[in-house]
Amino acid sequence: MSVLQEMKRGFIASIPMIVGGIPFGILFGSLASSYDLSPWFAIAMSMFVFAGSAQFVAIGLISIDTPLWVIVSTTFIVNLRHLLYAADLVKYIKHLPISTRFIMGFGLIDETYAAVRPLYGTGAISKESGHQAFLGSFLSFYIMWNITTVIGIMFGELIPGMSEWGLEFAMVATFIGIITPYLKSYPFWLSMISAGMSSLILFDLPNNLGLLLSAIIGVAVGYIADVQYSSNVNAFEKGEVK
Amino acid sequence: MNTMNYVLILLGMFVVTFGIRFVLFAKANKVVMPAFLDRGLKFVPVAVLTAIITPMVFVSNNSVHVSLDSPWVLGALFAFITGIWLQKQLLTIIVGVFVFFTVKIVSG
Repeated sequence: MSVLQEMKRGFIASIPMIVGGIPFGILFGSLASSYDLSPWFAIAMSMFVFAGSAQFVAIGLISIDTPLWVIVSTTFIVNLRHLLYAADLVKYIKHLPISTRFIMGFGLIDETYAAVRPLYGTGAISKESGHQAFLGSFLSFYIMWNITTVIGIMFGELIPGMSEWGLEFAMVATFIGIITPYLKSYPFWLSMISAGMSSLILFDLPNNLGLLLSAIIGVAVGYIADVQYSSNVNAFEKGEVK
Repeated sequence: MNTMNYVLILLGMFVVTFGIRFVLFAKANKVVMPAFLDRGLKFVPVAVLTAIITPMVFVSNNSVHVSLDSPWVLGALFAFITGIWLQKQLLTIIVGVFVFFTVKIVSG
């Protein structure tokens, strides 16, 4: 398969989340201008930082004159979940040249991880060409995010109530479509249930901390259940459990 | 705030965001993940994606609402059932989005 075909594969897997991301980008641009931030500052943030929720948190903090170190450390906490994605992807990308890994690192957002990670899992993409699908996904989100930021800055006030339309639901539905194929054994069910319950208990913690803690709880519960599960399966195969 | 401050904010945000995403990739050719970690990491997609969307579905006006008259809850529920039952991603998305907007329009 050609590079373009692989990139297209990554793009196609991302389409529903691109649609879901459009209102967020426009909202970011229009919020930045309603806070009287320079358009160039908002554009530069989308270009160089490229981190949806952290950008929202940051401009909120800037609008109330928060000190630099608080803004930067908050950004750190909000984005810390990406470390989990990187850890999970290392095995698929370790053979790639450092320049490719550099670009992939820059583009490692929730949506691209969500779109591309299952393709590795099902074997739809391989270690050899998977990074091209990753780049296709990353580039399409990058272009969407930067264009919608500009649209939001220029016309955001002309599209009132866009955040009420519910386009973000496309992202929810896509994530559900990604999660459900994993639910084939009870450790995955327990991981999902514990992460979901925790996220509702912890939702009002600041700076995405609830999300981060819930993700860690979900992974830990999944791991413990997995250890338990495979020892049960082994015992069953040995005939110790009837 | 002056221009320098804004440049420093951008620089700081870039460094921590990119740093988090790249640090393991940078050392990827040398990193050996211990087996127990890899065993845990396979739960990352389910755990993180669930933790992102569950509050989107059930939290409104800063409190948790579990009710069957919300387009978010119904859309997510139907998408989930479709996903479990038929295992087709595109169909899961279409059913979820269709139910969401139908309920949203009907309930005004």
